[in-house]
Amino acid sequence: MRKLHLFLIALIATALVGCSTTPTTEAPVVDKTATGAAAGASGAETAGTGAGGVSGSATSAEMAALHDPNSILSKRSVYFDFDSFVVKDEYKPLVEAHARFLQQHPDMKMTIQGNTDERGSHEYNIALGQKRADAVKRMMVLLGARDSQIETVSFGKEKPKNPGHDEAAWAENRRDDIVYAGE
Amino acid sequence: MIRTLGRWLAVALLALAPLSAARAQLTIEIVGGAATAIPIAIVPFDAEATWPLGISDIVGADLSRSGLFRLVNTDGVVPRPAQAQDVQPAVWRARNADAVVVGSMRPLPDGRVDVRFALVDVVKQTTLASMAFTVTQAQFRATAHKIADVIYEKLTGDPGVFSTRIAYVAKQGRRYQLMVADADGYNPQTIVSSNEPLLSPRWSPDGTQLAYVSFESKKPVVYVQSLTTGQRRAVANFRGSNSSPAWSPDGRKLVVTLSKDGGSQVFLMNPDGTGVTRVLTSQSIDTEAMFTPDGQSLVFTSDRGGTPQIYRANLLTRQVQRLTFDGSYNVSPRPLPNGKGIVFVHRESGRYEIASLDFATGQMQVLTSGPGDESPSIAPNGKMIIYADEAGGRGTLAAVSSDGRVKQRLVAPSIDVREPAWGPLPRQ
Repeated sequence: MRKLHLFLIALIATALVGCSTTPTTEAPVVDKTATGAAAGASGAETAGTGAGGVSGSATSAEMAALHDPNSILSKRSVYFDFDSFVVKDEYKPLVEAHARFLQQHPDMKMTIQGNTDERGSHEYNIALGQKRADAVKRMMVLLGARDSQIETVSFGKEKPKNPGHDEAAWAENRRDDIVYAGE
Repeated sequence: MIRTLGRWLAVALLALAPLSAARAQLTIEIVGGAATAIPIAIVPFDAEATWPLGISDIVGADLSRSGLFRLVNTDGVVPRPAQAQDVQPAVWRARNADAVVVGSMRPLPDGRVDVRFALVDVVKQTTLASMAFTVTQAQFRATAHKIADVIYEKLTGDPGVFSTRIAYVAKQGRRYQLMVADADGYNPQTIVSSNEPLLSPRWSPDGTQLAYVSFESKKPVVYVQSLTTGQRRAVANFRGSNSSPAWSPDGRKLVVTLSKDGGSQVFLMNPDGTGVTRVLTSQSIDTEAMFTPDGQSLVFTSDRGGTPQIYRANLLTRQVQRLTFDGSYNVSPRPLPNGKGIVFVHRESGRYEIASLDFATGQMQVLTSGPGDESPSIAPNGKMIIYADEAGGRGTLAAVSSDGRVKQRLVAPSIDVREPAWGPLPRQ
């Protein structure tokens, strides 16, 4: 084992700031809130849906069911086993209820957001989360929802609900979330 | 095997300016070394002390950091040589140096500085390189990197990558910043920042643009941003998820993963967002595509065989060939610049490690020990691989030589850094 040498070069920040070899320009800071972002980029997808929720066929009582803790429609998360895309039996009533709601309210739209646990590649996990979101969508479409009512997206492992690093956290993060347009 | 080498280098920055960019400064420590490092003496340049920032120290730090060089002590050599003809080979052979770098710095009337250096092989007693630069003080670091590049190439035969830049994502609390810094961690600059995840930065081959994925609109969208003007545009913002951008070697195409037609599938498009065409069709996940250096094929990750494995698709014949067979999880393929293989992420007993595969022999070599290594990116000379060690949820950047012998850790105090991308060689 060789002797440990320590080179410590301390440099003054002020001597460095502003003397980059190649100019790079910082883009305008993107600092969008949830609502701002929804209005911004998913534009084409969501533009008509806010109005649809209001002027469509859903009554306010039906809309309230989406947030009524006693209604199955307030349940929005489907959990998956490790490395699995199979919608487990315990979540089928939930998926069926939302499919029925979409069928009865053709102007309602939703996004299914797929998530994964933290293990593995960032990009591959985006594909895994997408596959989970697609699995729930496929079931809803079979049950009568229209394809155009459901957008599936993936957050991969980027937005963990539980920031922990154990099996309990991972189980919580292998999940689809259902979000209705305008929520 | 890899010796635990006690050579250790830290470049610390006293952050006086309250800039987040300054806090994102990376420092680099070497945690392994080549079996046969080249002993080189770098003599402080004549009159270097006139300026607060010298050049020879930066040259030495660059070479030392590569793991291929061992710095020989230059103390007590009097008079200190400043040009090639002043170098007395016997003096340096006695110190076991194979090569000596000498140089000088002279102020010019216009305020600029004349910087000269020479590289002397004291074994063969020949001058291998000598160059002169006229630079401003702000260009000292860049000049030092250029000198280190010349020395590296003369003594190893491979181009140096000290003048390159790296992109990476820094996360502080909820804030994500896409950063670009010099390859030694200096001059960090924020390219874009967001409260939503940023990932997969990918350099255009000419180094003027970055493609990346941003979640700022609550879903993955691919952006392309100019590093010169800062202007950016969403180039893939289709229904569903848009991710995993990579450039063709000529910079005229992007390959991306889109879910717009169902599933995660690989598409080609122009970097301005037009001309989207599907290139691969499967019922499975296809993602993480990258062009091979000849531009004729894509390497990508697919679960078509039941587990995620790496495949190669010829863009003309559309023939697809499986490349990885060892283990149940091989992802994130990155083609070596010489076209002879790939570097990728391999899972072994729950550990995620960086590995390489040689196409000719089919041999896999595991280069790191994990447990949370991912996002490899290969230096443009093919000699080093930078990657993120994300064990425990907090990312640190690290680098390993393509033979697995040299290891470095790039430390950014108190921030989470991930998704490194090594930029191209600067255009001459």
